[in-house]
Amino acid sequence: MKTQPIDAFAEGMTAEMRAAVHEGSKIGHEKRTKLLFDHYANPNRLRQLAGEIKQHVVENLDTYLPALESRLVANGVRVHWASTAESACEAVHGILKARGARRLVKAKTMVSEEIELEKYLSDRGIESLETDLGEFIVQLDHDRPSHIIKPIMHKNRRQIADLFERHGLGPYDDEPAVITQRARQFLRHKYLEADACVTGANFMVAETGRMVIVTNEGNSRFCLAGTPCHIALVGIEKIVPADRDLGLFLNLLARSGTAQQLTVYNEFILGPRGAGQPDGPEEVHVVFVDNGRSDVLASECRDILRCIRCGACLNVCPVYRQASGHAYRGPYSGPVGAVLSPLMLGERFAEKADLPKASSLCGACNEVCPVDIPIPDLLLRLRDKAFALGIRSPGTPPMGAWAVLASHPVAWRAAMAGGAILNYLPTKLVPVRALRAWESSRDLPEWRGGAFRSWFKRHAKAPASGPNDHG
Amino acid sequence: MPDDRDQILSRVRGALSQLPKRAAMPDYDGAVELARSRARPIDPVAEFAERLKAVNGEFVAGPAELAASLRGHGWTTGYCEPEVWPSLAPHFDGSFAVSTEFRRERLDDYQFGITRAVGAIAETGTIILSDGASGRRLASLAPWAHVSVIPRARLYLDIPQAIAALGSDPNSIWVTGPSKTADVEGILIEGVHGPGAEIALLLG
Repeated sequence: MKTQPIDAFAEGMTAEMRAAVHEGSKIGHEKRTKLLFDHYANPNRLRQLAGEIKQHVVENLDTYLPALESRLVANGVRVHWASTAESACEAVHGILKARGARRLVKAKTMVSEEIELEKYLSDRGIESLETDLGEFIVQLDHDRPSHIIKPIMHKNRRQIADLFERHGLGPYDDEPAVITQRARQFLRHKYLEADACVTGANFMVAETGRMVIVTNEGNSRFCLAGTPCHIALVGIEKIVPADRDLGLFLNLLARSGTAQQLTVYNEFILGPRGAGQPDGPEEVHVVFVDNGRSDVLASECRDILRCIRCGACLNVCPVYRQASGHAYRGPYSGPVGAVLSPLMLGERFAEKADLPKASSLCGACNEVCPVDIPIPDLLLRLRDKAFALGIRSPGTPPMGAWAVLASHPVAWRAAMAGGAILNYLPTKLVPVRALRAWESSRDLPEWRGGAFRSWFKRHAKAPASGPNDHG
Repeated sequence: MPDDRDQILSRVRGALSQLPKRAAMPDYDGAVELARSRARPIDPVAEFAERLKAVNGEFVAGPAELAASLRGHGWTTGYCEPEVWPSLAPHFDGSFAVSTEFRRERLDDYQFGITRAVGAIAETGTIILSDGASGRRLASLAPWAHVSVIPRARLYLDIPQAIAALGSDPNSIWVTGPSKTADVEGILIEGVHGPGAEIALLLG
């Protein structure tokens, strides 16, 4: 049996990286729990409500998308549509070319990772600079982000200090405050020199056309204060119905993502800068990106489109903690990535069909999800889908012998009775290393094979007498 | 790209047409659902000051205290929005160099920027800026310290009230404490791209 790709990746991680990811995700999760329960008697009610709202939006995208589009246009925003990653890159390039733009600043956008915008633009002579501290470090290091909202969770301060020294940002100093100050000094004039900015969007309000961008560092605000042209890359599922729903979502996003009651900057954008306002974009573009999302919508896993990208399911996931985000081979990692990434590939589903298997189905991801996505159910559906498509990825335990036993009553009864030999056999002698290791600190329970069958036979004969009757 | 638009919308319609029924929008009252458990009714000003402090912001009681605080930090060179300077100037002595004209190319020379805020949220310690009522965007963002002058009548109790007051300004932003990051080993650092100090003054 070959190892699953995700396990193979985890085995190859350095101890340093494993410690960074484990500690980072654990702290994130613990802080979140405390804050939510400090302020609300029943935070689950909020999660369920938010989940119902997003499910409603997802199942009515055919009316919400055109409604949002006409609000945006009425507000003076130019709307573009991109069905694939390539057409999204083309749309951005087209906007930049029309303005003669050469230099771009980017605030964190997962969609731009997804469509690999940086490479597309640099091949065409346009330089794009990441401004989120973590993304800036990832870009300098030619690395990839390993977490939806904490891109450098897999790095420690010594590696970053080395990197800054190599790139002439100052002599080695691994104090996080110094690292941050150096990035601040380097980046602040870049915003003013840039010809345009690219951001994502956290929420798009259908009722008003309001775009909401949420950051802690203030980099997206600097993009929107320093550059004359704003391009927002927006997944088609990012909609909420009305302004009033923002109260719920901004609250849950901050608490779930970074354990804050509110993220530092929540920016509400209706269109180009106001009359008399000297700073900020005179042009605002929204690019609606599909890139596989309509395939997800057509699947039995459309609930995953509720996701608001907070990262809480990554932090709590035992597999993510051991394997890190890079093991998921794409911009979306952890439980949400295990569902989203294979589906977004459409007909190339098989390439990532192994991801839904890398889960113990413990249910923690569903419990923390601010929009209550039943992730374990979705993982099971994807396992079924892979099986139905005949995809055999490595790491599937051989179940053939089990299948024979379970489908032949005679063989099953014999095995149940024969298993009793374990009660007399000194298991120390069984030549299976894993079993001996397990037994070194535990005792095997007594074999009681067949007990359930005889219990069931006794009870099957009597009429059912009530749910609490256990005999 | 009319083709991409049609293609996406027809795929979305196709995907949804298989659903026997669509999920309904839940009926809920945001103000009720988001009301926090509290032991006692709140005094909005005290709550705002306390919450602002909790996110490492600073609350000052009046213009004299503001001048003293800035001087205490050693921040004596800055910008002030012309609309509010007349009410503050009498409290700023000759040790300050305050300009009422903000110049982009002198971005690094301002230690502080004083602008108006359009309102504030008591429950979270948040200040609200807008294009129409808070001066230029760079002045409240680029200097190390940002001071917002908030009209007392626009102190909202909670997030749902502030959402209801968003209005039609092309750009509003809620700012809750100094700019921050925990990207490096989860350690909290303030003053990343925006201000490292957020100071609030209620007036009126």
